[in-house]
Amino acid sequence: MAVEPGHTVDLSGAMVTAPVPLADWLVVAPVAIPIVFGAVLLMVRHETRFHAGLAVTGLVFTFLCNIGLLVRVLENGPFAMTMGRWLPPFGISFMADALGASLALVATLAALVCAFYAMIDIGAVGRRYGFYPFMMLMMAGVSGSFLTGDIFNLYVWFEVFLISSFGLLVLGSQHRQLDGATKYAILNLVGTTLFLTATALLYGAFGTLNMADIARKADGLREIAPLTTLAVLFLLAFGMKAAAFPVNFWLPASYHTPRIVTAALFGGVLTKVGVYALLRVLVMLFPPELNLLSGLIAWVAAGTMVIGIMGALAQSDLRRVLGFVVISGVGIMLAGLALGTAEGLAGTVFYAFHSMIVMTALYLLAGVMNGLGGTYSLRTLSGLYASNPLIAAFALILMLAVAGLPPASGLWPKVMLVRASIDSGQPWLAFAILATGLLTTLALGRVFILAIWRPKMADAPQRPTSPLLGYTALTALTVPVLIMGLYPAPVIGIAEKAAGGILDSSGYIRTIFPEEARP
Amino acid sequence: MEAILAFTVAIFFAVSIYLMLSKHIIRILLGVSVFSNAVNLTIFTAGRVTREVPPIIPIDLDVPAGSVANPLPQALILTAIVISFSIFAFLLVLAFRSYQELGTDDTDGMRVAEPKGEDLPPLGY
Repeated sequence: MAVEPGHTVDLSGAMVTAPVPLADWLVVAPVAIPIVFGAVLLMVRHETRFHAGLAVTGLVFTFLCNIGLLVRVLENGPFAMTMGRWLPPFGISFMADALGASLALVATLAALVCAFYAMIDIGAVGRRYGFYPFMMLMMAGVSGSFLTGDIFNLYVWFEVFLISSFGLLVLGSQHRQLDGATKYAILNLVGTTLFLTATALLYGAFGTLNMADIARKADGLREIAPLTTLAVLFLLAFGMKAAAFPVNFWLPASYHTPRIVTAALFGGVLTKVGVYALLRVLVMLFPPELNLLSGLIAWVAAGTMVIGIMGALAQSDLRRVLGFVVISGVGIMLAGLALGTAEGLAGTVFYAFHSMIVMTALYLLAGVMNGLGGTYSLRTLSGLYASNPLIAAFALILMLAVAGLPPASGLWPKVMLVRASIDSGQPWLAFAILATGLLTTLALGRVFILAIWRPKMADAPQRPTSPLLGYTALTALTVPVLIMGLYPAPVIGIAEKAAGGILDSSGYIRTIFPEEARP
Repeated sequence: MEAILAFTVAIFFAVSIYLMLSKHIIRILLGVSVFSNAVNLTIFTAGRVTREVPPIIPIDLDVPAGSVANPLPQALILTAIVISFSIFAFLLVLAFRSYQELGTDDTDGMRVAEPKGEDLPPLGY
């Protein structure tokens, strides 16, 4: 703005005039680094030999920044940075709290291992068509979703990772991929457009898009604005992204079609972004409306977990089994949302950490099993224990983890969720979680018996490949699973802190608006 | 003015939902396109419609003198248009490619990824 001489404009009322402390820049690093590396990878897209190294380097940097972010949040509480020097709510705020920072850290770990495994799974053609740039941009979108403090910005990050995931999904252009991608793309686009509809109505009611601003204004608007309608729209939109029953059908139609490393990344990370958005919007912005909807969400949760795992029981393709297991995990996370208590939400957050790592690992395990046994079909996949005993160890730990049995990580979040459901007088939800655990044990136990214990069948295809790189990737994911299972106290601490941060939004509001803390 | 726009938005939503309920991909895509335009109009209406008062602050004031047009919905709609346009372009190409490869745009016939009558996993060995 040109200012005539003699006029001085006082900007301190509308703009941040003090320079941003260097440490606060950390909050944009998990988004900025993948974008920069994605751009560099695009520039060198013909030099496919550099791709894997560049992507792994970028994700290692992102991972380190995420560790720094989480440590800082746990020590000093949440912190924010507002873009373009405009004071919130006018500038777009980026906000790191325990929930966002910890989920971003775990998602980056899963992506890092996938980038490593893609060295064997994605050939030169796949790299030339841009596997790694898509992957980096997708991770930028995922980290952005976890760290933004502005609801329209959340929509933009959703679209960023959505369009990158389209690219990853159709990479290879096989018939089944085109079929799966068509359904995935259309249904997910409808889901995000519903999210945008809800955001538009929210903007009409509140006149602001900053989440902290919405949280502090919600109480005053409850009488005149249709907040329950908004909450239902958000529930439907994010439920579609999270693949909750009855809007889950895009997931089993598409997740078994791409390369296995893409499926691992999607199955581990993407549905959890939907769950995260549900937690952030429903718990933090609309708590009374969530209370009103909790009966509905409880039925949705029970339906998702039971129908998901029943689907897994009926599949003969290993990848399709895992797609349904992802859905049933989403149901278990929604159970904590339905309860809405501190312990239930902490269980949901812990389950999200666990599920990101374990689902990625299970898909990679399927990839290694396919590499050794030559097929994904449970009718012919056999004899893996006789040829490679080590894979049985990985499979056993990961299957115990996803079924929620000790010594792996799935036990503790399920204990928290079951206890929270009994404490809030909904023992049937606890029963549904336990029954799902039993059915998961059956579904994956059968995979174990058929693929690993069964003697090598005569008509089994032969395509032995070296599983060494796959074992390294699996080790990187199985060790955290075991650590979380054997020594869960620090993770439970982080999960409780994350749940506390969204249940009581005053800390979040105070971070964005230091001068206007709610008493 | 808001009432007229609200009715227009309602018609847009009705048309898009009708089209998206079809089982032909091309109609679903047309429905998706109308759907995103319906949302853009919703944002426009939600920002309140004030005519002919540009949001420009006189040089000797810190805030506009009276009520002015809301500039924010334009930024939101532009972002949403860019995103929905690019995704729609991708979807058109994807739908055309799958029509070429699968030979149908009828969703009932698109069963390559999930074939009909797939056998169940073996009960024992």
